[in-house]
Amino acid sequence: MKSIYILIVLSPLIGSIITGLFGKKIGRVLSHRIAVLGVTISCLLSLYVLKVIIVDQMPAQNLTLYTWLGVGDLSIQIGFLVDKLTALMMCVVTFVSLMVHIYTIGYMHDDKGYQRFFSYISLFTFSMLMLVMSNNFLQLFFGWEAVGLVSYLLIGFWFEKDSAIFANMKAFLVNRVGDFGFLLGIAAIYTYCGSLDYDVVFSDPMIERLASTKINVWGTTEWTVITMVSIMLFVGAMGKSAQIPLHVWLPDSMEGPTPISALIHAATMVTAGIFMVARTSALFEMSDVALNFVIVIGALTAFLMGLIGIVQNDIKRVVAYSTLSQLGYMTVALGVSAYTAGIFHLMTHAFFKALLFLGAGSVIIAMHHDQDMRNMGGLKKYMPITYWTSLIGSLALIGFPFTSGFFSKDAIIHAVHLSKLEFAPFAYILVTAGVFITAFYTFRMFFMVFHGEERMDQHTKEHLKEPSWVVTMPLILLAIPSLVIGGLTVENILFGEYLKDVIHVMNPDHQVMSMMTAEFHGLLKFVWHGLWQPPFILSMCGVGLAWFIYIKKPSIAETCTKICSPIYKVLDKKYGFDEFNDVVFASGGRKLGGFLWKIGDVKLIDGLVVNGSAKLFAWLSEIIRKMQTGFLYHYAFVMILGLLGLLAWILIKLGIV
Amino acid sequence: MSLEQIIFYLFSTILIFSSLMVIISRNPIFSALFLILSFVTCSCLWMLAEAEFLAITLVLVYVGAVMVLFMFVVMMLNIQESVSKEKFIKYLPVGLLVSVSIFVEMWLVLKSKNLVNEVAVSPIRHDANYSNTKELGEVLYTQYMFQFELASVILLVAIISAIALTLRKRKNVKFQDPVKQIHVKKADRVRVVAMKSEKL
Amino acid sequence: MVELSDYLILAGMLFSIGVAGIFINRKNIIVLLMSIELMLLAVNTNFIAFSHYLNDITGQVFVFFILTVAAAEAAIGLAIIVVLYRNYQSINVDDINAMKG
Repeated sequence: MKSIYILIVLSPLIGSIITGLFGKKIGRVLSHRIAVLGVTISCLLSLYVLKVIIVDQMPAQNLTLYTWLGVGDLSIQIGFLVDKLTALMMCVVTFVSLMVHIYTIGYMHDDKGYQRFFSYISLFTFSMLMLVMSNNFLQLFFGWEAVGLVSYLLIGFWFEKDSAIFANMKAFLVNRVGDFGFLLGIAAIYTYCGSLDYDVVFSDPMIERLASTKINVWGTTEWTVITMVSIMLFVGAMGKSAQIPLHVWLPDSMEGPTPISALIHAATMVTAGIFMVARTSALFEMSDVALNFVIVIGALTAFLMGLIGIVQNDIKRVVAYSTLSQLGYMTVALGVSAYTAGIFHLMTHAFFKALLFLGAGSVIIAMHHDQDMRNMGGLKKYMPITYWTSLIGSLALIGFPFTSGFFSKDAIIHAVHLSKLEFAPFAYILVTAGVFITAFYTFRMFFMVFHGEERMDQHTKEHLKEPSWVVTMPLILLAIPSLVIGGLTVENILFGEYLKDVIHVMNPDHQVMSMMTAEFHGLLKFVWHGLWQPPFILSMCGVGLAWFIYIKKPSIAETCTKICSPIYKVLDKKYGFDEFNDVVFASGGRKLGGFLWKIGDVKLIDGLVVNGSAKLFAWLSEIIRKMQTGFLYHYAFVMILGLLGLLAWILIKLGIV
Repeated sequence: MSLEQIIFYLFSTILIFSSLMVIISRNPIFSALFLILSFVTCSCLWMLAEAEFLAITLVLVYVGAVMVLFMFVVMMLNIQESVSKEKFIKYLPVGLLVSVSIFVEMWLVLKSKNLVNEVAVSPIRHDANYSNTKELGEVLYTQYMFQFELASVILLVAIISAIALTLRKRKNVKFQDPVKQIHVKKADRVRVVAMKSEKL
Repeated sequence: MVELSDYLILAGMLFSIGVAGIFINRKNIIVLLMSIELMLLAVNTNFIAFSHYLNDITGQVFVFFILTVAAAEAAIGLAIIVVLYRNYQSINVDDINAMKG
């Protein structure tokens, strides 16, 4: 198995290196063939690993490849931990990545940086696999930073555009904030555990020790170490998974090409935070404080980001805010200890959100790279495949029964309902309201794009057609899992034994999943039960409202905007996070930097230390140089004076004088 | 007062006088001549202390060689006695102050009991057959062999450096260059000219 | 009977005269060298006196080496003076201050 794992990880890397370094020489066609081949190998082998784990009941494997570095007692190995969670993630990552690779052939067809793009996304696949397959925190961090780097490179892929450069800089800086917390968390783990390996850190005695050690965090407030570590790790997750208030980079990341919006900023990389929290669930389980923190952040993100999605007109931004909102749902699921539900939603979301993004990309290709929904409408008859696949994606997103989103989202909301944590009721209200909002903005987008009057100009209209098969094939291939994967796997992953060995929820107050499992009596009953629950009713209301405003009476939309203009403004400004960051952090940082530059650097270091010491010595030498007369007898005089002094000293020593 | 003491004081007086004259006479040739006198008297005093070999060496080497060198340089450079008396007076106090204070300090050291009186023993008077040269040579060529070799090296260095410092090449002087003479080729000397035979 | 201290006082006076010579003389460097020779002479006298009064030949060995070194020093010093004169057309002590700071 070891060589299979290595092959899974290395084949995208090799593809990336070849296309990156020799892309210009080997040409476009060969480049994309090599890149796609690498990811295909990776994907097929991942599926094989999943099959071995599920069918053949292979136990979790913890392999060490080689020692990366050793300093004193610290020894960092490169290794793989392959269990059911990892295998699931590997399949999701490689499958979506493969779809995006194929899709890219069509989407980036005329782009100058064709080979570079393939190099980047293959590199991303490698990094993401390193992240999910790692068996220690440092390798996790390596993958974490590597996907961040590729994300940076890809957001700024069209580097001639100023907005792309700003967006990738923003993503990079905001992620640094999160990574700082993450790194502190890793450092704290090393300090208290003396190791970074998962199997050491997650062993029961170590968890006990972390949970019982207390430290002062602020004044006399005492926290257990495990709370501190969990919150620090979660800060890292907040950065990567774009939770409030570190979410600001994700909407702007849509400056990058659409395939990477689908791959990195919807399906895989942003879920790294969710994966990481699920992986470290053993730590989070021991700290109610950390879990409450996770719930509040997740619920706020789920609700507030969904609201912004309503007012956006850029098709990709609507999907981006929808992604933020869904990430909030996953985070809430983690917060209420429904890790399984979080991971389940991660998986289903990866498929349907990638589908929605690629669908949006398909629309964008047809619209000649115009992303404004106000210029679209009535695309249904021009692009039937895109229409139907997008419909599947949208239904999955709002949680329509039998689609994959229905199972995962319903499970999360139900888990929040059952949770006994202090902030769970608060989160329940927000996530339930979020369902209505999700349905509303999703179908607002859907109706604006595919129905209603045709608002595009004549020139665009003439060229409207379905893109080539490389674009539509991934749509279809993603639409299938979006539709059915929830129903197929809900019994195993969500309520079954699948993740039993990976995630342990011991605390009796956190047993939401086992309570739900107890209530589960088959797929149909689950769906039937779901039909009478508030989430489904609310989502249907949302769809209805969207239909009413944007199809039935389009004139109402204007009136609504006017009536709700204060709220609209707040939403349009995205709650002012960007302005706040600009004023406080960016401008404040510049002012602080300016102050340090003018006072610290120019005056203190340059003026006092550098020039000051030079001036001091110049002044001193100006005095001393007068002693250097150049006359022999002056030097002789000094020598004789020395002799006199020496003799006098001897005399005093001998006691003669 | 014994004869020995009379001789000692006589030569001491001459030595002090001549050395004073070395530093105060304005003509450097006089200075050099008085220095020669100082050396000669000093060698007499050394003789009194039964260091016959060194006394003779001082006269032969110093007076015979070094001082001649001094004289030679002084005369070759042809230095005028130009310094005025005021300058001499001007620097006299400093010189006196320094030299007197040095002398006083030395004298104080001498007067201290624990230095001179404790170590001094009465000298052994050797008879007429005693050879200072032989005794010195026995020590010098056995115990101090290495240092003796070193001294020869120092002298060699002195010779070479003195020559190297003063050597200069004059452009208008004709001289032979053996290296060039050895490496000379036929073509440098003989030129073969092709020409038509002339009619008689 | 000549005492050891007589020799030592004589050497001390000789040395002091040599020191004074360095300060008084502003005329030329050759006299400066002569003053140094005087000081060396004083030191040598001391060695010989001690050698005589302590019955130890080592003192004379020392003098032997000092004479060697002094001869070398005189030769090199005079060579330097010759070169100096060639370049400056003067060996006046007051003129030689190229090392002035």
